[in-house]
Amino acid sequence: MIGIVGTVPDPDFPLMTGETRLEGENICIRGKQIPVNRGTPALLAAAIKTAQVLEQGDLFAYLVGDVGLGHGSRRLYEYLNGHLGKHNFNLIVFHYLQPDVDWHNRILFAVEEMERRPVLIADAGFMYAAKMSGQSSQYDLFTPDIGELAFLADEEAPHPFFTRGFILHEENRVPELIARAYTHKNAARCLLVKGKQDYVADGQGVQATIDTPVEEAMEAIGGTGDTLTGIVTALIGTGMAVMKAATIAARVNRLAGHCAKPTPAMQVMEIIQHIPRALSEILQRA
Amino acid sequence: MSFFRRLTSSKKRTKTSSNADRGILVFEHTSEVIKAESLLKKAGWNIRVMGPPPEIRSGCDLVIEIPLIEKLNILRTLENVGTPPIEIVPVSSPLLQPVDLFQNKDFGKYLMIRAANMKLTVDKETQTIVNVSGGGCPDVPYLASKMVGILLNEAPSPREIGHTLCGYALHLAYEEMKRR
Repeated sequence: MIGIVGTVPDPDFPLMTGETRLEGENICIRGKQIPVNRGTPALLAAAIKTAQVLEQGDLFAYLVGDVGLGHGSRRLYEYLNGHLGKHNFNLIVFHYLQPDVDWHNRILFAVEEMERRPVLIADAGFMYAAKMSGQSSQYDLFTPDIGELAFLADEEAPHPFFTRGFILHEENRVPELIARAYTHKNAARCLLVKGKQDYVADGQGVQATIDTPVEEAMEAIGGTGDTLTGIVTALIGTGMAVMKAATIAARVNRLAGHCAKPTPAMQVMEIIQHIPRALSEILQRA
Repeated sequence: MSFFRRLTSSKKRTKTSSNADRGILVFEHTSEVIKAESLLKKAGWNIRVMGPPPEIRSGCDLVIEIPLIEKLNILRTLENVGTPPIEIVPVSSPLLQPVDLFQNKDFGKYLMIRAANMKLTVDKETQTIVNVSGGGCPDVPYLASKMVGILLNEAPSPREIGHTLCGYALHLAYEEMKRR
């Protein structure tokens, strides 16, 4: 089973756990509807669409409302600390959560105490906390964009907001930034770097690059990184090797974007609708 | 075609050698830092928003660097408006500078401005905010839900409704977009 941990942008949304479905343009969890806008709901929607094509079961989510004050995230951290061991997850994704190093470390301890260690993916706020804790190598996959990669490469920065200026996030410096992130042990075992060109890398360097189709507008559309993390999550959930899943996910996300004929004003749900078609096409080619 | 521009080129830089007479105000939430920064700047104090030293970092925080000699006056200003810091400590090690680069991308009909890890895109003709992307803190989806589809001049300021470093970065992009 796949576990997905994140927040929704509603301060009144209670802590909820359970299997999730996509109903129209909303994520449904135990009767509650959450609009798919960006963030964890977008990750969930993309993972659900992918899982449907792969004929996987439902995805189990841990969700709480948080608008940035961190109250919801901390409640969720506390809950996870006491409940993670009750499920037999083969994969857990940690996503939009308030970065908090102390809680991050407690969650990692809880994971280590699980009967079977799941594959671990971190993205967004939880990836920031993982890097800051110095325990990035405990993770199987990080999915940074180029700005976040520069942050991983900067051994001093506690948040992308403080990435030092000499570590510029430019497309042509990605292999160098990846190497620096691994040198300082601030990368997961595998990196999927999303950008104009996507990179799949490990400690040995860049293993694959994916650069077609190109849709420049995707950078402006909020949630396109979340959909990529959702697709790779569902692929790894089938037992696929992380590196292979990352490469396929990058191709699927790009093709789904291309099929949607994106403009910078497009909202991510329009791209998510094209994931099944893109996935089928990429899997056929593979 | 994108290009970089310094965010803080006009800001005065404090010499690091003068750390001994500087202190930092520590708050519980980034949103309180943002509020205090506005108040203190409006009152004319020579302050800077910076990254905290390693010993007090929790994950998503900012501090305000102040001249220690003005500690009591600054504290009084903040207490009068109900925003006192939880701690004031002397600066003992170099503080982190926020990212100070803007990156712009012109899509023709749309302009995207990136500050740090946050991107804001506006329809140049209608001045409507059409997208918010990037970031990883939980207020990003919230800010997007409040800003997308709204005219730039009518949209709520991320500084007012955001609470994290990502929210702060989005505010910088928003200010730059308004400036253009």
